[in-house]
Amino acid sequence: MKRYLYYPGCSLRGTGKAYEESLLAVFKALEIEMEELEDWNCCGATAYMSIDEVSSFALAGRNLAMAEKKNLDLLAPCSACFLVLNKAQRYIKEYPKVAQTLEHGFKAAGLEYHGTTKVRHPLDVLINDIGLERIKACIKKPLTGLKVAPYYGCQIVRPYATFDLMYYPVTMDKLLRAVGAEVVDYPLKTRCCGGSQKGTLPEVGLSLIHILLKEAHRREAHIVSTICPLCQFNLDAFQEEAGKKYGEISMPVVYFTQLLGLAFGFSPKELGLERNIVAAKQLLAKFAPAAA
Amino acid sequence: MAVKSLIKYEVERDPDFAQWVSHVIGGERIRNCIQCGLCSASCPLSPYMDFTPRRLMHMAREGFKRDVLGSFTIWLCTSCYSCTVECPRRIRVTDIMYALKRRAIEDGVYPRRFPIPVLASEFRGMIRRNGRVTETWLVFLVFMKTAILRLLGMSKLGTKLLLTGRMGILPETIRDRKQLQNLLDDVEAHRKEVAA
Repeated sequence: MKRYLYYPGCSLRGTGKAYEESLLAVFKALEIEMEELEDWNCCGATAYMSIDEVSSFALAGRNLAMAEKKNLDLLAPCSACFLVLNKAQRYIKEYPKVAQTLEHGFKAAGLEYHGTTKVRHPLDVLINDIGLERIKACIKKPLTGLKVAPYYGCQIVRPYATFDLMYYPVTMDKLLRAVGAEVVDYPLKTRCCGGSQKGTLPEVGLSLIHILLKEAHRREAHIVSTICPLCQFNLDAFQEEAGKKYGEISMPVVYFTQLLGLAFGFSPKELGLERNIVAAKQLLAKFAPAAA
Repeated sequence: MAVKSLIKYEVERDPDFAQWVSHVIGGERIRNCIQCGLCSASCPLSPYMDFTPRRLMHMAREGFKRDVLGSFTIWLCTSCYSCTVECPRRIRVTDIMYALKRRAIEDGVYPRRFPIPVLASEFRGMIRRNGRVTETWLVFLVFMKTAILRLLGMSKLGTKLLLTGRMGILPETIRDRKQLQNLLDDVEAHRKEVAA
């Protein structure tokens, strides 16, 4: 049985709850054991870096240091966490002065870090550690006929493509195909959703959101599959507002783990599908009828 | 319409700023820039920028401090890293954008009541207090300080989030806040020595 250290991050305890619920369900079905990193703190995301970069590496560093003691791979499902943990780790190695400052800080806080923690993403684990064969073996209700636009967003493959292609990632495509869905060609799969721009500069954020939804619609997708809590939130919660401004599109946006979970036979409720703002339930009921 | 000179003069340059930008984390290769424009072409936000990333990189390394720090561009960057991975000269454009944001905040030259620096500082404050971020409170605090009226317009979305259980009300905290504070205090006290 595979075992990982789980780093949920703040979003999976807030707006991205459904990601956590569906991820844990799917991993359990695949008999992957997850131990939550005890007393984890916020990774710092993009905001802390805009104020104090070295301290933001220290924030990520505390998590890396605590994980190192456990000697397990650290699983970070949120794109921002995944990037920040990876970046901190690399910059500690690349910039001796950063390493020096952090080492001093770690000592003051009673921590130790040697740079060996491995940060992993659920897509990486599912494809490379578990494999498509085992995933296929868990299918109870294949998602036959469901057309999915696979949306990866930015920070998973940029700037560090550790487990997938940087320009045209395919790991999620493979997983979705494995559970019977039809994956449409979606050239915008790594284009930015605008991040927190919708909150700070609404007119800019809305247009970025609309571009992504419109392309998914043009490619005749029924649904968009995401891997990031902020992408999901932007495309889901502001879809109506973007529609009012640029023309209505009805496009449910879910986490890839929710689609895997449906195929594995979990109920929409167990997968957090009821937390969607743009309802996905009716649509999914058509394709995985027994599951709904 | 305001009329102003579009030509930049040698005397407007601040050589110290040019020096500084090539010494920030990620800025070490800025002088290698060949002005090819792949950063601007790949940037999803460049249509909204007053100076595209290519122009900003050029102005920064030449030392046009006021234009660069006063530019809207740095606040539009969402750090999607497109420019960084496209750059044939391996310049870490995103990192430079971050450094410019920090410098603009430090020098107090960002647009007043502009929500992005406020978001960043509330975010930092919350982490220093609690160790984790509770999104609901973060959004609330930012809007209280920047656009109280827009909070009212968000009540519909707020209700939906509440009904779908996506809105955390109780602030999330870590257990060992003391340890985190010791770490951050120490790093903050010593980070001045770091290449910046």
